Amino acid sequence: MINKNIILYAAILFFGITAPFIFPAFKVQLSILCVLIILAMTWNIQGGEMGYNSFGNILFYGLGMYLCASVQVGMFFPLAEWTESGGEKTFVHTPAQFFQGFGVGLAVAAVVPAIVAGLIGYSILGLRGHYFAICTLGLGVAAGEISGGIEIIGAGQGFTTPPFPDFGGLEARGEFFYFCSFISLVLTFIVVKSVYSTRFKLVLNAIRDNEDKAEAMGIQTMKYKIIGWMISAFFCGLAGGIMGGLVGYIDSTDVAFDGREMGVFMVLMAILGGKGTLWGPIIGASVFHIFKEGFWTFFLGWQYVALGVLIVVIVIYFPEGIMGWLREKYPERFGEVVDEADRKAQVELK
Amino acid sequence: MVFQYPMITVQACLDGILLGILFALIAYGMALQWGVMNIINIAQGDLVILGGYIAYFMYLYGIHPAWGVIVSPIIMYFVGIGIYKLVINKVVDRDLFISILATFGISILFMQLMNFAFGADVVLANSGYGTTFLFDSNVVLPNSKIFSAFVSIVFAICLVIYMKKSKLGRAIRATAQNARAAKILGVDTEKVYAATFGINAALCGVAGALISITFTIHPYMGLPYTIRSFMIVIVAGLGNLPGVALSGMGLGVFEEFADYILGTEFRIGSVFLLLVLILVYRRFKLSKKREYLK
Repeated sequence: MINKNIILYAAILFFGITAPFIFPAFKVQLSILCVLIILAMTWNIQGGEMGYNSFGNILFYGLGMYLCASVQVGMFFPLAEWTESGGEKTFVHTPAQFFQGFGVGLAVAAVVPAIVAGLIGYSILGLRGHYFAICTLGLGVAAGEISGGIEIIGAGQGFTTPPFPDFGGLEARGEFFYFCSFISLVLTFIVVKSVYSTRFKLVLNAIRDNEDKAEAMGIQTMKYKIIGWMISAFFCGLAGGIMGGLVGYIDSTDVAFDGREMGVFMVLMAILGGKGTLWGPIIGASVFHIFKEGFWTFFLGWQYVALGVLIVVIVIYFPEGIMGWLREKYPERFGEVVDEADRKAQVELK
Repeated sequence: MVFQYPMITVQACLDGILLGILFALIAYGMALQWGVMNIINIAQGDLVILGGYIAYFMYLYGIHPAWGVIVSPIIMYFVGIGIYKLVINKVVDRDLFISILATFGISILFMQLMNFAFGADVVLANSGYGTTFLFDSNVVLPNSKIFSAFVSIVFAICLVIYMKKSKLGRAIRATAQNARAAKILGVDTEKVYAATFGINAALCGVAGALISITFTIHPYMGLPYTIRSFMIVIVAGLGNLPGVALSGMGLGVFEEFADYILGTEFRIGSVFLLLVLILVYRRFKLSKKREYLK
């Protein structure tokens, strides 16, 4: 079993490293896929394992995006003048400045959302069920609307991130952002997997199944909920920072706090793949991204209609997701002991 | 500012109250379906906007948009029944989150379909009612706002009487109290649910028609209305009608002041922020008694 896992991970790692060279035309798509997987996996910590269906993780994503770009610019140039000049590039980053700024920016983009999550966590995570869902939905939209009114980060006209430095015609932008997002993905996977293999996951599941009983058993549920949210926020912010650099342009409601796209996508991907599993969000995000890229062009102009229909169909007819379906089909693979006679009896009963 | 320019304060208060009555009407629909079916409908605001476009279309074809107040709820009733039959009846008994997500999907769908059908422009159905001037023309009130507040009150009173007196109204109230017991006693709950959703959609239609006369409508403006009505319902509580009316007006006044003080670009943001603050406040209030919102 262990051998099989190692081979699997090695294969994925190998594929991940060589992918931009095998499919050079899809570098940007692959980077976006990595970001989507990060978002789905971190959403799954709340929505899947903890039973707190958050629409507000987009807050950390957008926050990370703005922070990373602001730090990258603000470290070397006056930020207000940068955003005021819009697309006009009066200031140019040297390569050293660019990478230095981006590195520091990413660190800030990851740490600050985690701190924010810790600060607001005590208030927000005390809400339960649909109140939590609506409250986080409000949080995400409020952040988008308010950031759209702040002058120094571009307000309504948006914020262009620094362009990738030119190395004498050598095109390295795609590879750079791909490896950034891939490394973050690997990091996310390692952290989430190691967290899931400890008592932490059991506590989260206990909160999902019955929070009152978990509390009665002496578990400080609030502490675990906040830590879970902080982990999510950390990686959401990281993903946002990378995505900001990749897209090259930040708009408050269309790119950063994009509740209508990213905010729903992360929920949808996790549900599609199977809530509450390690691999579910990864599979869900990959399937969703392939579907989206493959069919969006056919639905040109009708994407949101297709998205709306997709949400309704998945939620109503497919709430267990791909992993849930596999689990029903091959329970033995998931380490469940199935009593053949009992199963037959159940089938006959149906 | 509040004391420096008293006329602006009066203006904001009156505007807010007239606006708040409209919000209360939408919130009443939300309270109804929440109480009866235990569903939170994110597409509520989009139903409002759709109702507004019906009135706007009548205006385009030369009919006075005020007739939309009659026509729009009738059409919206059937739209509501259609949505119920297609989607909602599959999520009624399920987890609340599923209903939230499913109606969120409907909301996105409606938003985009309206965008295709009517274009992304901000539109207004001009009623030509003129304006009323108060206090030496220091306070300006469009008559359409007064008209819309009046119509909303009439509709709300009619609905309350209907819920009290009619057979269907009694069935709806019985289902809200205990769906299972109502079923045992011969109430066709499936029908009651469909009717409830239809009535909710019709209320949204009325409100939408009034909004298209008084304010402006736009395909993407739905979500703020959903959030406002949700906020009003959680502040007032389910089944507390005077409370819904009062908190609706309170929200309207708050919004007008936010508009004046912070500027229009923060108006929607402040509504959503207020929602978060109210929920957090209630959470701390309840946690003192070792309870939580449910």
